[in-house]
Amino acid sequence: MGEPTAEGRFGEFGGRFVPEALVPACIELEAAFRSAWADPGFRSELDRLLIHYAGRPSPLTECSRLSDELGVRILLKREDLNHTGSHKINNVLGQALLAQRMGKGRLVAETGAGQHGVATATAAAKFGMDCVIYMGAVDMRRQELNVFRMRLLGAEVRSAETGSRTLKDAVNEAMRDWVATVESTHYCLGSAMGPHPYPWMVRELQRVIGDEAREQCRDLLGGGVPDVVVACVGGGSNAAGLFTGFADSTAELVGVEPAGGAAIGHGVPGVVHGMKSYLLQDEFGQVMEAESISAGLDYPGVGPEHAHLALTGRATYVAVSDDEVVDAFQLLSRTEGIIPALEPAHALAWVSKERSMLRGRTVLINLSGRGDKDVAQMMELLS
Amino acid sequence: MRPAGGLEAALRRRLESGGKCLVPYLTGGLREDWLEVVRAIAGAGADAVEVGIPFSDPVMDGPTIQQASDRALRSGATPVSVLDELATVDAGVPLAVMTYYNIVYRFGHERFARTLVSSGVAAAILPDLPLEESGAWTAAADLAGVETVMLAAPTAPDERLPLVCHRARGFVYGVGLLGVTGERSELARSATVIARRLKSVTDKPVLVGVGISSPAQAAEVCADADGVVVGSAIVRRLLEGADPEQIAATVAEFREALDVLAAGVGQG
Repeated sequence: MGEPTAEGRFGEFGGRFVPEALVPACIELEAAFRSAWADPGFRSELDRLLIHYAGRPSPLTECSRLSDELGVRILLKREDLNHTGSHKINNVLGQALLAQRMGKGRLVAETGAGQHGVATATAAAKFGMDCVIYMGAVDMRRQELNVFRMRLLGAEVRSAETGSRTLKDAVNEAMRDWVATVESTHYCLGSAMGPHPYPWMVRELQRVIGDEAREQCRDLLGGGVPDVVVACVGGGSNAAGLFTGFADSTAELVGVEPAGGAAIGHGVPGVVHGMKSYLLQDEFGQVMEAESISAGLDYPGVGPEHAHLALTGRATYVAVSDDEVVDAFQLLSRTEGIIPALEPAHALAWVSKERSMLRGRTVLINLSGRGDKDVAQMMELLS
Repeated sequence: MRPAGGLEAALRRRLESGGKCLVPYLTGGLREDWLEVVRAIAGAGADAVEVGIPFSDPVMDGPTIQQASDRALRSGATPVSVLDELATVDAGVPLAVMTYYNIVYRFGHERFARTLVSSGVAAAILPDLPLEESGAWTAAADLAGVETVMLAAPTAPDERLPLVCHRARGFVYGVGLLGVTGERSELARSATVIARRLKSVTDKPVLVGVGISSPAQAAEVCADADGVVVGSAIVRRLLEGADPEQIAATVAEFREALDVLAAGVGQG
């Protein structure tokens, strides 16, 4: 998984479809990230934060009871153990540091389940920056604990009241904010999506997941790689980060979408939120609402690099139903003592569903977040 | 029939006669009587009418036009229905459509351009299609004879403006402020600044839009600009239930303010 073209394309996907007002900001951001990423000073400052603040490296956990139950050797990359409870912190610390370097004192971000919002609010608190988080009104109800967390961390949470009032509408509101405040504000986008350079930059900031996992697998597997590497895909940042570590290996790469938001599975190419990618849309190009049990995957599009990986066949994209996700959520809790977030429960659900095909093989799953935020929702559903 | 030569020709005629250009906007399919509103706007002194094809995710639009887009979509407006209905109107002034790029992309570039022509639409404005991404569309538009208006934002560095102006057809759309569409209580200083910057690099008509809310603000920015695009101020009245005559009266107020300015400039 290399660099996109100068136009920000991964094959035919990607690009920079933004209002004129944002073009200079995207160009400036690309240059700033390129220079920071090549700067050992920036890299060591970020590494220090990742180690001493976020708690990296995250462990690789071998799941003996789950492996016995499924007949598949399961390894989990434990992004759930990071500070703030998910992989989102990796990206956010990098972008906040970059914003500071660019002299921007205000962060705006969108959030679906609230994990990226909490991570952004956390970084803003840590760096002493102003922070506004946009969240769909529907999601604010589904994830009220995270709304409280963000406010506790000093962020202002604004509700997106138009459209489906979920993640896609929160992105719209964040972009509208950025159009008006671009000179002082950095848009801290939470996934490997949006206009160039975001899909590439966010993947690079998340590649720490894959790079660590590759090394941990090498140690555990006597120099080898897993047979299959699996991650859930909404916008696709945790999957992009994990896949980057294994793209040059023999491992099969599998991205798992929610059945109700399978942009690669059911979408056709389109342009929204600054990028060309697969998109759930009607015959006229109106963007459709995704529907998933997990607010974090409730997104009708997908990052452009995933669209490219799907088209070239390097990665395979599959979908699981909400019911399968709920089963997987309970399965991991019961067998390993790990309550997963509903998002990575999608990856688990696929492995569980395909256990006979995967029998005897070694599968690495990115456990991208922990389930605390979902416990209330599951309690209601299961009791 | 509409005047030959499309949008830029019509605007130039106004400018050559010493006037300032007025391009009001409304959301297509917003109400049952929207075509009557188009005619009313045209008859009240507009030089062209900008018609929005509603899109589900209008990131350049503020609350007023978002609400109008939502309402139009909920009442079943589609790109096809809006263009089909427009084809039945003889407004007497050029028509431009404003929509977001995914509508065009999904339609297909050539097919969209041909459909605009057959619907009697002279020009297209695509606010999320910046210069660097515009090639595939403008090639099809140029071939079909559709004028593509380009937007120029206050954040553009000096060296970018001539490139935007060079690619623009119809007029150059100066974005009056950093932000999305919507009414503002005062004219942003950036509106005058972008008008001056654009006038210094192009001979094409320079119209300023976004945040032009009152006839007084229109006149103020037209001290430097060749004209204005007025959207939310019209659409808000439509959402409030104003009838076509009342909308015509609003447009006439803008027309009068621009004519007074032009007469003053002429005498001065």
